[in-house]
Amino acid sequence: MAKDMMPAFELYQPDSLDNALELLSRFGDRSWIVAGGHDSFDWFKDRTKYAQYVIDLNNVNELKGINETSEGIEIGAMTSLTEIELNDVIRQRYSLLSDAVSRVASPQIRHIGTIGGNLNQDARCWYYRYGVDCYRAGGNSCYADTPEGQNREHCLWGASRCVAVSPSDVAPAMVVLEATMVIASANGLREVPAEDYFIGPNIDIERMTVIEPGEVLVSIKIPNTWANAMFYFEKVADRNTWDFPLVNISRAMFIENGVVSRIRMAAGAVECIPRRLSVVEQVVAGSELNEETAELASQAAIRGATPLNFNHFKIPLLQNLVKRALRA
Amino acid sequence: MITQAKTSRRNFIKGVIASGAAASSSAYMFGVSGCSNQQVSTGGVERLISLNVNGMTRNVDVLPNETLAMTLRYKLGLTGTKLGCDRGECGACTVLVDGVNLYACSLLTHTARNKQITTIEGLESSDGILHPVQQAMIDELGPQCGFCTPGQIMSAVALLSNNPNPTRDEVRRALSGNLCRCGAYDHYINAVMLAAERGI
Ligand SMILES: Cc1cc2nc3c(=O)[nH]c(=O)nc-3n(C[C@H](O)[C@H](O)[C@H](O)COP(=O)(O)OP(=O)(O)OC[C@H]3O[C@@H](n4cnc5c(N)ncnc54)[C@H](O)[C@@H]3O)c2cc1C
Ligand code: FES
Ligand code: FES
Repeated sequence: MAKDMMPAFELYQPDSLDNALELLSRFGDRSWIVAGGHDSFDWFKDRTKYAQYVIDLNNVNELKGINETSEGIEIGAMTSLTEIELNDVIRQRYSLLSDAVSRVASPQIRHIGTIGGNLNQDARCWYYRYGVDCYRAGGNSCYADTPEGQNREHCLWGASRCVAVSPSDVAPAMVVLEATMVIASANGLREVPAEDYFIGPNIDIERMTVIEPGEVLVSIKIPNTWANAMFYFEKVADRNTWDFPLVNISRAMFIENGVVSRIRMAAGAVECIPRRLSVVEQVVAGSELNEETAELASQAAIRGATPLNFNHFKIPLLQNLVKRALRA
Repeated sequence: MITQAKTSRRNFIKGVIASGAAASSSAYMFGVSGCSNQQVSTGGVERLISLNVNGMTRNVDVLPNETLAMTLRYKLGLTGTKLGCDRGECGACTVLVDGVNLYACSLLTHTARNKQITTIEGLESSDGILHPVQQAMIDELGPQCGFCTPGQIMSAVALLSNNPNPTRDEVRRALSGNLCRCGAYDHYINAVMLAAERGI
């Protein structure tokens, strides 16, 4: 790991979304958006990815902040993870999100790392990051899915040439909260539900979200649907700081007359996209929360899981997290 | 190519002039890097900028792809800010930007324009009295090898300015983005608790 300069690039610091979009359409696929930079600069420093034109969004104030709307809240893509963690409305009504965000990386990273950057961060596969010519990097092999490949962190579902997982602690929470992602380009705005925002290698192996070159994630809308629900977030990682999830779990739930009336759950780091645990939701909805429900749900949660050589442990881990989420 | 080399040579010299005291270390750094001397800028940000560091305005020639840690160490001679991993994974480079602790290795200097940057060198008062956190580090024998200490202190200062009376757990959490290879964590926490007790 050299401590030298990143390769040269030209830096633009637009002060409005319009200017940013104009720069992105001018420079096309030679441009790269930088938010907090905590993912971007690693690629540049390691010389595994390069862009000639870097567009720093830190001066685009219209992309920052958290607003209450009649439908819920809207979070600007350039809002820092710390601001989300400390926001009173989020803590009161959507504590799932503040809990998830508080477990990301380290304090310094959360202070400048943005929600937009977190949701658009790239895969954390060792091999891919190292710069080998794997499928995701445009090559024609997967180094993680070989007999010797180190794939302890990799997926249980959705392998399609690539076995990397969605590394974000926040993405599954967004799926659970039924968030909508607002995306801008020179052609206008479009909205995509969080559940469709993340894409696996079967759809496009070279990116992890529907964001196309020239597009910017502007904000995330969180509807009232799950406001003040009973929330549960848990993350298991090797270390408490700086460490990506081995598995994380997000749950929102309402209980009426002793039975679960509505529930939504998702797990992270088990698939290339946040994995919605629809089967678990079906098992649990309408039931009382007891050990039997938790047991059934935990068995349902792992249906179809296909472990690699070194990640079998993720199966009981996910089962236990599902149980804990249903006991809480 | 030749024109490129010439331009960059000139810019390089400008950089050295701006950096003053750090001339020799910057020559060492940029001499080996191999990428900065290819640099020709045709658009984007201005390179000659003013930074507010430790309460002083410093005029510097900053490359677009330069991190704050590079500028501080090799152009401004503020080598108290350490570079451990250069990847946001150790905390040795922690500085304050508008009072918030950030990793200077993972922040473009241009992004820190118009902000107040504080490094370990900026903590003592003008008459040379150490910051209470610095003094407490000495009194509690906080550091072992000392490499991570500037970063630990910057995180502690950021914590105490928001929360002057933290619990031990709050200190632990606030310093969790600063790795200590020597494992002097408990000593650091003792020092921060002492600084809080004495009052900032
Ligand atoms: C040491 C380390 C540990 C980490 N641990 C965790 C962890 O435990 N859990 C976790 O969830 N994350 C973790 N992360 C990831 C961290 O949260 C992300 O790096 C950070 O959130 C990315 O945000 P950023 O603003 O710094 O992104 P940047 O690096 O600026 O951007 C990341 C990517 O998103 C794109 N992008 C950014 N904003 C937009 C936008 N508005 N529209 C379109 N594209 C955009 C960029 O082009 C880039 O490709 C870790 C990172 C590091 C370095
Ligand atoms: S040098 Fe910046 S975090 Fe390690
Ligand atoms: S004192 Fe040696 S690394 Fe912390």
